[in-house]
Amino acid sequence: MRVALFLTCVNDTLYPDTGRAVLKLLNRLGVEVDFPMAQTCCGQAHYNTGYRHQAEPLARHYSDVFGEYDAIVTPSGSCAAMVRELYPRLGERAAAEGRGDELSRVLAPVIPKTYELTEFLVDVLGVVDVGAYYPHKVTYHPTCHGLRSLGLGDRPRRLLEAVKGLELVELPGAEECCGFGGTFAVKNPDVSAAMGLDKVLGAESTGAGRLCAADNSCLMHLGGTMSRLRTEIKPVHIAEILASTEDDTEGDAT
Amino acid sequence: MSGTFVGMPAFPAAAHGAVADRTLRANLRHATHTIRDKRARAVTELDDWAELREAGKQIKDHTLRHLDTYLVQLEEAVVRAGGTVHWAVDADEANSLVTRLVQETGEREVVKVKSMATQEIGLNEALEEAGIRAYETDLAELIVQLGKDRPSHILVPAIHRNRGEIRDIFEHEMASWGRPAPEALADSPAELAEAARLHLREKFLRAKVGISGANFMVAETGTLVILESEGNGRMCLTLPETLISVVGIEKIVPTWRDLEVFLQTLPRSSTAERMNPYTSTWTGTSDSDGPRTFHLVLLDNGRTDTLADEVGRQALRCIRCSACLNVCPVYERAGGHAYGSVYPGPIGAILSPQLRGMGSEIDRSLPYASSLCGACYEVCPVAIDIPEVLVHLRERVAEGGEVVRNGARITVRPAKGHAAERAAMRATAWAFGRPGILRTGQRLASRTRRLHPRKLPGPGKAWGASRDLPEVPQESFRDWWARTDGGKGEVK
Repeated sequence: MRVALFLTCVNDTLYPDTGRAVLKLLNRLGVEVDFPMAQTCCGQAHYNTGYRHQAEPLARHYSDVFGEYDAIVTPSGSCAAMVRELYPRLGERAAAEGRGDELSRVLAPVIPKTYELTEFLVDVLGVVDVGAYYPHKVTYHPTCHGLRSLGLGDRPRRLLEAVKGLELVELPGAEECCGFGGTFAVKNPDVSAAMGLDKVLGAESTGAGRLCAADNSCLMHLGGTMSRLRTEIKPVHIAEILASTEDDTEGDAT
Repeated sequence: MSGTFVGMPAFPAAAHGAVADRTLRANLRHATHTIRDKRARAVTELDDWAELREAGKQIKDHTLRHLDTYLVQLEEAVVRAGGTVHWAVDADEANSLVTRLVQETGEREVVKVKSMATQEIGLNEALEEAGIRAYETDLAELIVQLGKDRPSHILVPAIHRNRGEIRDIFEHEMASWGRPAPEALADSPAELAEAARLHLREKFLRAKVGISGANFMVAETGTLVILESEGNGRMCLTLPETLISVVGIEKIVPTWRDLEVFLQTLPRSSTAERMNPYTSTWTGTSDSDGPRTFHLVLLDNGRTDTLADEVGRQALRCIRCSACLNVCPVYERAGGHAYGSVYPGPIGAILSPQLRGMGSEIDRSLPYASSLCGACYEVCPVAIDIPEVLVHLRERVAEGGEVVRNGARITVRPAKGHAAERAAMRATAWAFGRPGILRTGQRLASRTRRLHPRKLPGPGKAWGASRDLPEVPQESFRDWWARTDGGKGEVK
């Protein structure tokens, strides 16, 4: 099976540690991972802000770059949802504009092969215990697109529960949005900040030392709020927890 | 739609004050979370909820696709049953029609059943101008009316008020509208409800004209249906001599059998009840009981234009249950008034800009009043994909395009004020088509990382007011991958 890592433009630029964690984790599970250097961005920000036509060439590019792989793994629920849920819609809208099914045909191959990391682990590799060690109290925030668009369900939770040393505690109001929402964070900063603050206070109230999620864009918003508030609790991507082993200093992989 | 909200500031500005209002936030949080949790329990009780939801969606879609046929069928049935049918293309026409119909009775006051359609057209204000007083008889609408306030929720329009505030409104305002509040009124729900009951009773017994909307209109028999909780609707629908119902043309269902679906999904989605206390149905007039004269005003007011949009038309499936408001994290913090419409919350954010068009600042800002979390779509009993429509309307703001307004197909230009964003989206789309450019940008960001401020100036302030920026790493992943040959060259 030829597996490609679609790291996403945000992770590539700002969170390379998450990329290294995915690599380390998948290698440990016996999966060879390629990182096609031509990859850039799935086009989600463009699409969701109302620039569907600008998202189209990015979707085509994604299809070009990843078309030949058997599986495309991404550590982002929202970018996986862009490909799986919204690429079909790009094709449908193009057809509705009288451009036929050309775009649908171009995008079709990559849609079913794109997996969010926890889906790939549980559904494709069939593992729940990935052999990780992470001696921290952790609370988990299911991010909206992973939860509602992809239907990740209890996959992340099952993976976290199998991690040695990890104590998983319930996040109050877990299924409520953190308030990031891409450009929403700057177009409606007051509401976005209020949602973020409530989420951070909820996470703090659990007594956990780490707030875990499967999407760094949400964690950027929450982490920025935590850093401003100087909280004890820190954000961490689920890949970094799952990659950690007893060999890592204090259980942190990176 | 109503002129009440014209001149509203755009959503972010309107939300700014609400977010800072701690009483409002607490009232809304308490109320929405209570209904939200109860609804979730009421829905889980039914193991065929998913099928009911799908059936509701399909019945509505089918009806909308054949709306012309069903409207004519409905009109014939209503006329056959002794009613009169009027067609109103917009709010002004509907308001003049209803004003004239009331004037013809010679009455100067009317009692009203809670109705979104009449709020949408600003009927009370139009009647007021003609010297006719409209009394709202739904408890929450009464609170809003007495408080000279605006509704902030579809189902519970006074959701932004707590018991103490309601007590004060009753004490200060009831006397100028009729029977005053009892002496030493307490703020317990029972005492407040009793005060409203006494105040309203004299209105019910005196009124000769009732005005309502309807939840459903059954085309095959010309029957109108109202679901309610308080019994005020039953009073207004049966006691007056003349009944005038103003109903949006999308409220039709073809047959009685179709009601079976919505009589299950609407109460559970709105009040979290298995069944609502009162369901009233009426077909034309009857010599033995109820109003002797019945007028049905069929309201378009932007609905046909909305129907012409193949993505946006799903908003017309809405049965006004409010489930989307109660789960929405944005509504919970911004409050209903920020939406500048009688339709607040997620459904309002897609309905108002379609019904009113995007001519105003507030209507152009509503499609962005969402983090696209999808909670609204998940609970919608007719499966309106609200995030899909929001994004579609953002596209109309950002890129312009063809729309139908007042029945004519026109091309709208991209909205002003989005030039910088449009340029940025084009530039990033261009750069992302060229991995080399992205890499150069990343390197530049990494090299200058020590110079990056923790807070951005200018438009970046919107981020930095509450959040620190992430630190740019020394090296992007792709540079690390290239340097270490995919990690092989690194001892880690």
